[in-house]
Amino acid sequence: MADVTPISLQPIRRLLIANRGEIARRVMRSAREMGIYTIAIYANGDATAPFVQEADEAIALDGDSSADTYLNLTKVLEACERSGADAVHPGYGFLSENTEFATAVEAAGMIWVGPSPDAIAQMGDKLSAKALMTDAGVPTLPAKELRAGEDFAVAALEVGYPVLVKASAGGGGRGMRIVRGADDLADAVASAKREAGASFGDDTLFIERWLSAARHVEIQILGDNHGQLVHCFERECSIQRRHQKVIEEAPSPAVTPAIRAAMGAAAVAAAQKLGYRSAGTVEFLLDGDEFWFLEVNTRLQVEHPITEEITGLDLVREQLRLAEGEELGYVQADLAINGHAIEARIYAEDPANDFLPAPGKVAVWAESTSGAARYDTGVVSGSAVSQEFDPMIAKVIVHAPSRREAAARLARVLETTRIQGLTHNRDFLVACLRAPEFLSGDTTTDFIERVKPAANRIVSIDERNAAFTAVAMVAQHERRLNAKVLSTINSGWRNSVMPPQRSQFGFRDEELRLAYAKNRDGTFSTGVGELVNGDPSLDSRVQLYSVNQESSEAHSVELAIDGRRQTLSVVRVAQPGAQEDEARWLVHSARGDIEFTQLPRFHRKGAGDAEGALVAPMPGKVLAVEVAVGDQVEKGQLLLILEAMKMEHRITAPTKGTIVAVHVQSADQADNGQLLIEIHNDIDSKNEDSAT
Amino acid sequence: MPTLESTLDIRSDQFADNHAAMGRLLGVMEDLQAEAAEGGGEEATQRLAARGKMPIRERIANALDPDTPFLEISPLAAWRTSYNVGSGFVVGIGVIRGVECVILGHDPSVRAGAFNPFNTKKLMRGLEIARENRLPYVQFVESAGADLRGESGEDPEAAIRREEEHFGETGRLFYEITELSKLRIPTVSLVFGASTAGGAYQPGMSDYNILIKNQSRVFLGGPPLVKMATGEDADPEALGGADMHCTVSGLGDYLAEDEMDGIRLLRDVMSHLNWRKQGPGPSLAPDDPLEDSAALLGLVSEDLRTPFDMREVISRVMDGSRFEEFKPLYGPTLVCGWASVHGFPVGVLGNNGALFSEAAEKAAQFIQLCNQIDVPLVFLHNITGFIVGTDYEQGGITKNGSKMINAVANSTVPHISIIVGASYGAGNYGMSGRSFGTRFTFLWPTAKIAVMGPKQMAGVMSIVGRGAAQRRGLEFDEEADAERAAVAEHWAEERSKGLYATSRVADDGMIDPRDTRDVIGMCLSACHNGPVKGTKEFGTWRM
Repeated sequence: MADVTPISLQPIRRLLIANRGEIARRVMRSAREMGIYTIAIYANGDATAPFVQEADEAIALDGDSSADTYLNLTKVLEACERSGADAVHPGYGFLSENTEFATAVEAAGMIWVGPSPDAIAQMGDKLSAKALMTDAGVPTLPAKELRAGEDFAVAALEVGYPVLVKASAGGGGRGMRIVRGADDLADAVASAKREAGASFGDDTLFIERWLSAARHVEIQILGDNHGQLVHCFERECSIQRRHQKVIEEAPSPAVTPAIRAAMGAAAVAAAQKLGYRSAGTVEFLLDGDEFWFLEVNTRLQVEHPITEEITGLDLVREQLRLAEGEELGYVQADLAINGHAIEARIYAEDPANDFLPAPGKVAVWAESTSGAARYDTGVVSGSAVSQEFDPMIAKVIVHAPSRREAAARLARVLETTRIQGLTHNRDFLVACLRAPEFLSGDTTTDFIERVKPAANRIVSIDERNAAFTAVAMVAQHERRLNAKVLSTINSGWRNSVMPPQRSQFGFRDEELRLAYAKNRDGTFSTGVGELVNGDPSLDSRVQLYSVNQESSEAHSVELAIDGRRQTLSVVRVAQPGAQEDEARWLVHSARGDIEFTQLPRFHRKGAGDAEGALVAPMPGKVLAVEVAVGDQVEKGQLLLILEAMKMEHRITAPTKGTIVAVHVQSADQADNGQLLIEIHNDIDSKNEDSAT
Repeated sequence: MPTLESTLDIRSDQFADNHAAMGRLLGVMEDLQAEAAEGGGEEATQRLAARGKMPIRERIANALDPDTPFLEISPLAAWRTSYNVGSGFVVGIGVIRGVECVILGHDPSVRAGAFNPFNTKKLMRGLEIARENRLPYVQFVESAGADLRGESGEDPEAAIRREEEHFGETGRLFYEITELSKLRIPTVSLVFGASTAGGAYQPGMSDYNILIKNQSRVFLGGPPLVKMATGEDADPEALGGADMHCTVSGLGDYLAEDEMDGIRLLRDVMSHLNWRKQGPGPSLAPDDPLEDSAALLGLVSEDLRTPFDMREVISRVMDGSRFEEFKPLYGPTLVCGWASVHGFPVGVLGNNGALFSEAAEKAAQFIQLCNQIDVPLVFLHNITGFIVGTDYEQGGITKNGSKMINAVANSTVPHISIIVGASYGAGNYGMSGRSFGTRFTFLWPTAKIAVMGPKQMAGVMSIVGRGAAQRRGLEFDEEADAERAAVAEHWAEERSKGLYATSRVADDGMIDPRDTRDVIGMCLSACHNGPVKGTKEFGTWRM
């Protein structure tokens, strides 16, 4: 048949993407390739986001929170109508698995790019999905739904500890708690219920057997409107924290051709049972060569790029094409695995602090040039990662002939990706990828607890000093350039013996001083030492080749330190209300990123200086304050609960003591670093008393 | 503007010898600078540190804007005296919050910051620089007051015979501090410790006073004097503590937590001064000289009879080595012309031999021209004097030299003198020596300043002695005369050395020749804080 459009097709011309960030950009990229007009919708906080700017048209949802924007069915449908879209792609998350939305889209005569609302509904309820799978002959884990009035303790015993308390409507790790014994069950159920209610508007929970050391393996499926189905092999997504994937790969190092065939067949069978169309994912737990069905995700997955890399398919294109009514056009035997792909998700979160989300501004973002990689991201330099939405910054995907090469290149690419200005998990990802356990394929869902990859990379003294030196050189260059008087006289010129010039830095837990003096030959003598030790000896020699201003706050500097020539990029982030010499510095070189603060010459007392002060670890809403002034607290005692990023964070007493001040009350919004509670440490002060 | 081309042979033996000699002189200078920076020594510094006190140079360094230059004045004062090298005070021109100012600091490690004749002279010089150039004046006060201890072990009778100064002449510094204020030149005192008796008037006369908690003490009479005067047992904090002055007496304007906090407050005060320079500032390209300044080290011989071309200095100091020479064919022993340093236009006068009538008249004309166009003057000294001899006297050398001195004395544009080699006799005056209202005077290590060359002086004394003996019909003792002459020459030589001049605060300091350009640049920038205006008014020209 000639390559012409059959009359039966319903071509998509105007596609509304009911999502935000990287996935909106990802969908638009394929849509554009297919000649489709793209329409974005956006919350107020996203007004200047790249996905809004890149869309052919963007419609404001006029709201701030998820609930008031991307999750607001009425608003999103109204936007669809106003935009004249003829199709809606829901991305992942938000309304992507919302039957009501899918139904309404179709009812309005638009194409829903995804499975039928009926399939979504059947798979949306996790318990009924499991029942369906059992019918289809797919093995499942023991589970029990917690209906109103149900005794969850009995239910848990029936399922057998350890158990996973899970939101029925859930996803993304929200409303999920592992419970190892009966003692912790009540708390876990209560808080999972709260979180599920807040996130999904449905607080139904169920309890499922928890396999602590299995692998999370999932099968990508694709189906057309004509009953044809294929699977696109597996992805392994075992490396998870907070039940959320951070590193995914395809194929899985643990999946043999036999397992692949069995799992693929199970997935296709399940999909057939559902009459599935479009792209979807069937998730399994794999232990040895035994596997159990977990759930079906009736949408595109975050980690879909690794499947694209090894199969050569563009899954979004497939979705759009199939939604238009095209046939698959290939059969299972046409698909083959080519090489190995690994994806790492960079999140604004703190691996050193239980992976708590750490929203903030991405001051600098630049892709690595150290090897080929695919970046799927929704940010540019200056973008904010808001507490309202998922804190993912980017997905970085590497495709290589072998798993070993893919891991090596991805680690190096991540290391040389410039991402600064906020706390993130990049170094942690690199540590995961370089862990011997990862390289040997020993990846199970308890990988992070078991291997404990470092949260921060080790920065050598050399590298640290080079970064300080670069910053000091740029700073002095700028100060000389902008001096109101005597700007042409040599930097720090003296005609007598005077102390050297100094810059003081806080780096991780250290306070350091860099001292320098310009020599007559134009070089600088420099030295770095601990601040408490005063001036270090100036035994390094620095030749400054060039300082180039790249923007108002960014410079690149080329220098040689004791003969080692290097180029570093330096960005100054001014702190509001800071003193003249107080700043945060972001340095990037071939060795990676370093961030540190410049300590002011002159000190001023700040809120954090108060004794025993507890500050908010992230912006959030105070849910409950459990203590009052005068209370005696034990170390580890719960003081208050902060809700941020739709998750609860418990602020506990770092020490035994007396509460001397409570600065917030329930329902207050706390800013990052805001002083919450002050504790007087009784033990220390007793020691002091006896000493004096 | 034309560019000077160097003819200096840096491969010659002469250059190598000069370079080696200069290296030795610089070595001596740098050793003395290091000694001066030690202040009262390690032990005294440690003792102060234990009380949270920084050395004076730390205090100053912390007050300065980072990476800005600091020009210290007379860092080697009091060398070869019974006082510490540096005299116990640090005086200099630095930049605080973008404002050039004179900074004076008592060094508490040297005799508790007490006054002595040398540091008093330095302090007065600091005040003079502030007044003449309209620079805000900042003083870091910590002083025991007058040094009452005297010289130990000296015969009191000998001491009293030696003394030239009397208390009745003192106190001018307080006059000058308040005069600065009258002239709308801000004065700021940051009191780091005791400021007793006369010292109390240092903050007393200042526009702004910053006092440090539990550290600054300001009182006319300390507890011992109060006890002597009235019998009162006074508590020092109640008598003159920082808290008291900031809350009760009102002498203190700002109360600092500690030394660094005091320096922070000083920087805040400087930033609100709304300081605007009255001079036009740099107006020309400030590019570096084409010639390498390092060659200046081999240019001048220790033996000042060996001539060199002052244009070699000019080409290594002036922007882009540019120099437009005035009257190059007339009076060639004085090189005159226009150039710029760090963008500031200047007229340059440099000696290339003794001053003859033509050279003196050329100088007088050139100085008038620079006054016409408000251009500051830079004098590069290597002058053994005005030419002497019957022909020259008959040719009017005294009359014509007087014209040059008249022009120099009455010129109102800023003058800066760099004494490269000799600066003898009336040549020193004609080239705007220290006494001629010169804004700044700096020496190269090769500088020699005296009424005449040591050999000439010894010879003149010998001739005069021989003449006197002849007139009285006495036999002239040649041997004794030779011995006398040698001794006279030796001490004249010692006294003519730059180091001696600089130790007596007869100039603003000795510099490394390679720093000449930056020193002149800093001086010119300081001058431009005030108006840069020439005059048409001179004394009567003797025609």
